Amino acid sequence: MEPRDLGSPAPWRRLLASRSFAIGGVLLVAIALAAVFAPVLAPYDPLRGNFRLRLSPPGPLHWLGTDHFGRDILSRLLFGARLSLAIGAATTVASGLLGALIGAPAGYFRRLDEPLMRLMDALMAFPAILLAMAIAATLGASVGNVIIALAIATTPHTARVVRASVLVVRELEFVEAARSIGATETRILLRHVLLNCLGPLIVRLTYVFAIAVLAEAALSYIGVGPPPPAPSFGNIIAGGRDFLVTAPWITIAPGSAIIAIVLALNLLGDGLRDVLDPRLRI
Amino acid sequence: MLLAFVLRRLGGAGVVFLLVSLLAFLLIWLVPGDAVAVLLDAAASPEETARLRAALGLDRAPLEQMLAWYGGLARGELGHSLLLNRSVAEALLERLPVTLSLAALALATAVVLGTSAGIGAALAHGSWFDQALMGAALFGLSVPDFWLGLMFIIVFALGLGWFPTGGFVPFSESPVGWARSLALPGLALGLTQMGFIARMARSAMLDVLDQDFVRTAEAKGLSRRRIILVHALPNALVPIVTVIGIVSGALLGGSVVIEQVFSIPGVGRLIVGAILARDFPVIQGGLIFLAGVYLLVNLIVDLLYAVIDPRVRLA
Repeated sequence: MEPRDLGSPAPWRRLLASRSFAIGGVLLVAIALAAVFAPVLAPYDPLRGNFRLRLSPPGPLHWLGTDHFGRDILSRLLFGARLSLAIGAATTVASGLLGALIGAPAGYFRRLDEPLMRLMDALMAFPAILLAMAIAATLGASVGNVIIALAIATTPHTARVVRASVLVVRELEFVEAARSIGATETRILLRHVLLNCLGPLIVRLTYVFAIAVLAEAALSYIGVGPPPPAPSFGNIIAGGRDFLVTAPWITIAPGSAIIAIVLALNLLGDGLRDVLDPRLRI
Repeated sequence: MLLAFVLRRLGGAGVVFLLVSLLAFLLIWLVPGDAVAVLLDAAASPEETARLRAALGLDRAPLEQMLAWYGGLARGELGHSLLLNRSVAEALLERLPVTLSLAALALATAVVLGTSAGIGAALAHGSWFDQALMGAALFGLSVPDFWLGLMFIIVFALGLGWFPTGGFVPFSESPVGWARSLALPGLALGLTQMGFIARMARSAMLDVLDQDFVRTAEAKGLSRRRIILVHALPNALVPIVTVIGIVSGALLGGSVVIEQVFSIPGVGRLIVGAILARDFPVIQGGLIFLAGVYLLVNLIVDLLYAVIDPRVRLA
């Protein structure tokens, strides 16, 4: 018994008709393909520099120029996008699982609501980016720890979104119907309630992805992100910090790449929200 | 009724603050292995190790540590910095005015520009103007604030020479220098938050324009100008008050990174320095401190909201 499944043609058709969704989707798929095929597409080794060509401006040999070690910026960006999208995707999955794990029982079982949500309120009181930095630095700089840090920082809001939908859905008639035929509470929550809360959760997770990409850049700019020499958007920008006058392209290119990814995700999120979560209208 | 609401909110914020300090306390337990070993190099003598362990309070039982932690907090103490050799609370308070002026400038930028853009878009609903404004708002949401700061340095500081590339001038020393030193970071921070407020303001205004009382005002034959200024606008501004609470968290977080970009000696720079040096008392104190500021701002916003909109008190 699936009261409203996301697979029915109507929402999909509406989604494809959404201009935000189409533009965001195409942009994101293009960037994701470039990131996945980075080893094939990158014209140079992202880690190997040519000292004679250091700080060369964009030109036919190096489309986006080189950095202070003579490394090709375009190649570094492609590999940076790979890292950024991988961290973003992993954070999104973790935030979704943790958010559902905490938000669903909080919304469904009245007794768990207060303690769980107070804990989420406390986590949300810390500036998210600062919390992520503190956790990532404490655990030690690694890709896995950055994902853990970003997941902890984004989960409270996700849990709140899930809880809010569960509060509405648990009062609907089909829940009572399921209960009347003897379904257990856990089964009702998992099979019937949670499934009908997927819309707002998917919308929230699209924005979590965008937030994670921005936050990963900030973390690696500060120096608590994935360890160098692996290129990330943030550490490429940090590397260009001392060459803002002589080689601004080092700084400009990765920032533009971040904007493209985050804009694509935000457009995708807006398109999804219009279809999946009509209550919100921003 | 209002008093009951105030007390309830105060109690809620108090509980959350106790949890906040507990979470900050637990941070040091996330250190893989022995925290003291991570902080010192292998050549450290046993005496040095023991001294640091005592300084961090790690030589005591966990429960004892926690009681000491809350005891210090009750006296307004946040511990002692390992590197600065001074009280964490003092170091934070000393830098608070810098961060608060930066955040206030950013907040003013974001609220004034965001609200105007959002209201303007709502009034021109569906037009190219609306679409252009909302496109710009979405774009602003997608720009990393610290990177925008660097772009501002390239254009307005290094290129045009209108502003310094970084540093901070206290207000007492030179008001003009103070404003010049905060203009670029404040603008970078404010502009990236503006999009969020613009979207909220537009949605709030559209909701209000859809209400029956606006239709009644139209039916009465009031001028559009009067309907918008007297009937719609004040009601649309009410929900925007809550946005200030939400945005303040993002601004405090954003200022942490932007202070680094512009070498501004605020709370954020202190904490980032501590994070890079693993100076745990400062990291923990800083986390509690900024969370406290955030909770306080949101408490004030909630109370303000309850005063403006009496329906909230009943919820």
